[in-house]
Amino acid sequence: MNGRVSSLQSLGTLDGPGIRYVVFMQGCPLRCSCCHNPETHDLLGGTEYSPEQIVENVVKYREYFGQDGGITLSGGEPLLQTEFATQVFKLCKQKGINTCLDTSGCIFDDGVKELLKYTDYCMLDIKYATEELYQKYVGCSIKTPLKFLEYLNEQGIKTRIRQVTVPTINDSVKSIEDLALLLKGKNIEKVELLPFKKICQTKYDSMGLEFPFGNLPSADVKKVSELQVKVNERIEI
Amino acid sequence: MTHENWNGFKEGKWQSEINVRDFIQQNYTEYKGDDSFLAEATARTKDLMKKLNALFMVERQFGGVLDIDTATVSSLTSFEPGYLDKENEIIVGLQTNRPLKRGINPFGGIRMARQACTAYGYKLSDKIENEFQYRTTHNEGVFRCYSNEMRLARHCHVITGLPDAYGRGRIIGDYRRVALYGIDRLLEEKQKDKDNLANGNFGEEEMRLAEELHQQISFLGYMKDMAEMYGFNISKPAKDTREAVQWTYFAYLAAIKEQNGAAMSMGRVSTFFDIYIERDIKNGTLTEEGAQEIIDDFVMKLRMARHLRTPEYNELFGGDPMWITEAVGGMGEDGRTLVTKSSFRILNTLYTLGSSPEPNLTVLWSNSLPRGFKKFCSKVSVDTDSIQYENDDIMRPIYGDDYAIACCVSAMRVGKQMQFFGARCNLPKLLLIALNGGYDTTSDIHIGPQKQVIEGDILDYEKVKERVDEYLTWLAKLYVNTMNIIHRTHDKYAYEKSQMALHDTKVERLMAFGVAGLSVIADSLSAIKYAKVKPIKNDKGYIVDFETEGDFPKFGNDDDRVDSIAKEITHQTITELRKTPAYRNAIHTLSVLTITSNVMYGKNTGATPDGRKSGDAFAPGANPMHNREEKGALASLNSVAKISYDDCRDGISNTFSITPQTLGKEKEEQVNNLVAILDGYFAKKAHHINVNVLNRETLVEAYNNPEAYPNLTIRVSGYAVNFHKLSREQQKEVISRTFHEVM
Repeated sequence: MNGRVSSLQSLGTLDGPGIRYVVFMQGCPLRCSCCHNPETHDLLGGTEYSPEQIVENVVKYREYFGQDGGITLSGGEPLLQTEFATQVFKLCKQKGINTCLDTSGCIFDDGVKELLKYTDYCMLDIKYATEELYQKYVGCSIKTPLKFLEYLNEQGIKTRIRQVTVPTINDSVKSIEDLALLLKGKNIEKVELLPFKKICQTKYDSMGLEFPFGNLPSADVKKVSELQVKVNERIEI
Repeated sequence: MTHENWNGFKEGKWQSEINVRDFIQQNYTEYKGDDSFLAEATARTKDLMKKLNALFMVERQFGGVLDIDTATVSSLTSFEPGYLDKENEIIVGLQTNRPLKRGINPFGGIRMARQACTAYGYKLSDKIENEFQYRTTHNEGVFRCYSNEMRLARHCHVITGLPDAYGRGRIIGDYRRVALYGIDRLLEEKQKDKDNLANGNFGEEEMRLAEELHQQISFLGYMKDMAEMYGFNISKPAKDTREAVQWTYFAYLAAIKEQNGAAMSMGRVSTFFDIYIERDIKNGTLTEEGAQEIIDDFVMKLRMARHLRTPEYNELFGGDPMWITEAVGGMGEDGRTLVTKSSFRILNTLYTLGSSPEPNLTVLWSNSLPRGFKKFCSKVSVDTDSIQYENDDIMRPIYGDDYAIACCVSAMRVGKQMQFFGARCNLPKLLLIALNGGYDTTSDIHIGPQKQVIEGDILDYEKVKERVDEYLTWLAKLYVNTMNIIHRTHDKYAYEKSQMALHDTKVERLMAFGVAGLSVIADSLSAIKYAKVKPIKNDKGYIVDFETEGDFPKFGNDDDRVDSIAKEITHQTITELRKTPAYRNAIHTLSVLTITSNVMYGKNTGATPDGRKSGDAFAPGANPMHNREEKGALASLNSVAKISYDDCRDGISNTFSITPQTLGKEKEEQVNNLVAILDGYFAKKAHHINVNVLNRETLVEAYNNPEAYPNLTIRVSGYAVNFHKLSREQQKEVISRTFHEVM
């Protein structure tokens, strides 16, 4: 069972704990307005790899992983190719390589459950705190990611929640409070707010696509770190 | 044998023979903790550093050279004592009578000295001009012997940067010997060696050595005289830390007064000093602050060392470097770490005195280094971009645990091995000469075996490879013979008397060859093999450009198809070099290191099949070509790690630039991630890495407003420079390099 891969990055430090070998999967069912990887959308794009080929590559970097690092499947949306992803993680686990899944949690079925059996760490996007914003800027319901989160908790998988902070959309104290409320009582290692950036504009331009949030300014890094402090206080990590 | 100044030291064979390593092994104290014990700079240190910074500023305003004494030939005692601040200095001694004033050293070549004076608005004095009319310099000696072909090879830049007009350097005296034993004991031992020499066969080599020993002995005497001028008697062993550091520095000072070698490295002194510091602290005569102050003052002196160079020289070795390389850390053969508190103290000078390219602090990295030290090194890199790392785990099995690094990446046993430095040959140019059947288009010179220009509308890999092999064989022989002339002549006319006096008499010699443009030739051959390369000829029928159609694997992406080509070329080069015997039975070694000459080499090389345009810079050292890395930073590191240290015993230099954001979000993460990267890279048996953690924008700003960034230090290729001291061309090249970053 081959997988479609958008790109491979040998050094990832922002894609999970420690040093990560990152596989950006091809194909995504969502069309988030803030997406910075539009090249991964097309389900038929990318390059085909077998799980063995991926693991062969990952192994070449294991000396760099230290205690925390390992492989991260990102995207795109890895949950679109759970069979492939499961095989990759299974092989990695056999070789003692730490596995991390970076996902929107927008799909939740038996295939996903199987994948999570081999997942050490999950980075789950909670893109917004309300159903309304999800419908407007993501194109799906918030219910699935929340169910996904619950399952991660049940399985005791270490979880980091990530949210891109977009000016005027979700950069108010109110939206932080909403997020904190959603996450209350959940077992979460940390919540990470990522400032919205526009360096991907050139990607959209070269693909002849419109960047949905192209009219918005980049997020102010200082403001985002203030919000980060607030969210940390609210959910007491 | 014993001495009262050795009280408190553990006995060993170091007393009955000259053996600094044994002294260290018997007496040093491992340190496995973190950096929390370190002291800050004292008020005295800060004041002194302020004075020095003001002088640096004036030097900068004077175009890079503060002053030249055009009438005095630099030697151990030719200048009156000089001081930065006599009352407040703890360690004393300058090359001339004033700080940052440069002396004249014409022994390598009078022409170079003359040109250097002229370049900075001075005139070499008639006195020196007259004196050197009756003296042969190294430069004159070499050119008496060069064959016509050697001159051509030099002229067309297929072999460049040869030390035939300046001091060869790359020799590290065991400066510690002066502190541990005092000059008198060293004199005694050398005299014994000389006397013994006459008892055996007295052939050419023995007679040469006898004369050299005579010179060594007289220069040990001058060292004593020089120290005397500063009010110190260094005939006996040093009695405390301050004396140990001062004696060691005097020995180094003697070397840089006598020689203007390209790289004048320090060796491995910090753990040696630590033994004296521990003893004094135990005796209650020294505090942590005091210890840091002595190290600070020592390092300040090193930062003031200068040689007079010509602008052409700066093209090769940009940024006015001295390569006062100090090897820090590493592991001992018995499994104990050689990291001591003083390993931390010397790195701490980058905080107490601010970041700086000199001394060239080089961490000998081992997987087994204590975690606290690894983290401190990583933090210093993230903060200052001023240190480099070399793989102790692959060097220790070859050189033992008392080796040091000369220049950037050249390992040698301290006091037991020396090196004949040999710059580098230009591999991409060799490829072009081979394709054109012995013709260099950029210089319009016929050189090497004369053949037809290679045939075919599309280059055939096997045929090209065959050609390259043939020309490499030719070049290797020419290169070794050229080096033999240079070093025989240097021994004859500019012998390193002070430094060799601080080596064992029976010394092992390494002859260091080098290659430039490794990634360019690897990618070019890969293009010929995996894509379609069509040669474009000029009206004379010579190939001057290429049209490359299709994709091909590029070095720096952890792709064996091309990485194996790079590995094979280095293997083949050293194999060919070994076929021609080296002067004085030296051992052939090879480096993949360019300093900043990758810009100049590129300038003198036509377009190459990898798509590089005529005149474009090469990547430095063993680096992949700029911006051809598509798989991220670790893939790039893995490619370089594949080049074998067994083939390249003189070092494989890799310069790595990464943005802080790419290394991690928070400082703590960045520090830990860099430790993981270094651990991984060296576990892959890689040899060397320069680490820069900075944003390209910072460099662009510094390029546009040099005055605003007087202390911006970056690692370039085996060493560090003040960015503002590079030429505009070199600065542009640094900016154009790959910065590993994530989107």
